[in-house]
Amino acid sequence: MKNLRILSCLFFCATVWHANAVETSGKLLLTGGVTQIEGAGGGGLTPWAFIGGYGTRDQVGASAYYTNVVISDYHLESTGALIGVYDRVEFSFARLTFDTQKIGALLGLGEDYKIKQYVYGLKVKIFGDGVLDQSSWVPQVAIGAQYKKNQEGDVVRSVGADDDAGIDYYVSATKIFLAQSLLVNTTLRRTKANQLGILGFGGDQEASHTFQFEGSLGYLLNRQLAVGVEHRLKPDNLKVAEEKDWSDIFIAWAPTKNLSLTAAYTVLGNIVLRDDQSGFYTSLQLGF
Amino acid sequence: MLFPTLFVLLLSGQTFAADLSAFKAFGEKAGLVKVVDDLMINLLADKRTKPFFEKADQVRIKEKLVEQFCVELEGPCTYTGQTMKRSHKGHDINTAHFYALVEALQLAMAKNEIPERAQNKLLAKLAPMHKDIVNK
Ligand code: HEM
Repeated sequence: MKNLRILSCLFFCATVWHANAVETSGKLLLTGGVTQIEGAGGGGLTPWAFIGGYGTRDQVGASAYYTNVVISDYHLESTGALIGVYDRVEFSFARLTFDTQKIGALLGLGEDYKIKQYVYGLKVKIFGDGVLDQSSWVPQVAIGAQYKKNQEGDVVRSVGADDDAGIDYYVSATKIFLAQSLLVNTTLRRTKANQLGILGFGGDQEASHTFQFEGSLGYLLNRQLAVGVEHRLKPDNLKVAEEKDWSDIFIAWAPTKNLSLTAAYTVLGNIVLRDDQSGFYTSLQLGF
Repeated sequence: MLFPTLFVLLLSGQTFAADLSAFKAFGEKAGLVKVVDDLMINLLADKRTKPFFEKADQVRIKEKLVEQFCVELEGPCTYTGQTMKRSHKGHDINTAHFYALVEALQLAMAKNEIPERAQNKLLAKLAPMHKDIVNK
């Protein structure tokens, strides 16, 4: 309940600000990004250096999203909100719900057993303007942290995880090469989260943090539409459950600054007992 | 020897042969006049940019913009206006105003069915000018 309050305040407090503020939504379409699976402004899987929402350096922006990932044997939902302050700092909150469906019964948890996790995110832009600085190679660079708290400590420890909470740190560099209509993002993450943290943190195979690389490549079809691919390397900390890299191919559409829709085909590899997990990712985002 | 040769070829290609494809994609000078006419209509219709342009010398600005866009697209023109810093000085233009103008231009280019790649080529040339234009 507490988290729901944070979530609704993040969005509605910002909406009140929006109603009172003179100007909002200054940035260009799509550059407010969509929201990645853990709640940060970015692509679908990986954070970008862009601050979420459409606020410029004189404005505040915010967005709320719902993401639905239906893969072969599981169902993952992520919902959350973020505020972008002066195109400099981003505060985000996400709630992930992982439905084990039939596998829950095989694991002795019961069919449709759900694992919940909350993610509190902070991102700060360090330098660069990935949209406007078209005369140089310098990307926009941001650093961020995601504090993740899994709500099923006993379950994740029973599969071999060390902990039910952890912090991911990342640095992202993002640049739009306008003359080529390309968006390029790379992110380096220091993490010990198993499957985003849904299976806890650290494990019997690898207990400490590792560095993982993530990348996105997008092609801007027009100012409202982009297509692209993403790839995210993952740690592999648990003996019982091999963890594979994730990737997707996406299309993102922003008809207005208040609405964006993303659809992706995503390949997530092995997830506890089940190989070759793949399926569809859809996301709806409202914001300004 | 292959590499130096390639290198020289590359360099000469860049220096001597102007790439007119984007300029042509805009429909040359006549096409630019149409885009800039629509740009001004959009700027006057948008409440964020209207205050800047309603009392300005629109005919002059349009003429200079056509010259400038033509030059940026490597067309056969000369820009005869003032520098970006000089002409925008004292106008209190912030980043949101700048993006609003980019949007107005995007809409004008879309209306005139300029190919996306050519649109983005022009925008890529204009975007860095924010350093001289945004002053608030
Ligand atoms: C890349 C973006 C921009 C370009 C390429 C551009 C270009 C130009 C040009 C070529 C002129 C005419 C200069 C002359 O008279 O010699 C001009 C004037 C002007 N521009 Fe811009 N401009 C840009 C952005 C903006 C923005 C964002 C605003 C405000 C919202 C703005 C407001 C004005 C005004 C008010 C004038 C008339 C100045 C005067 O006559 O005192 N411009 N601009």
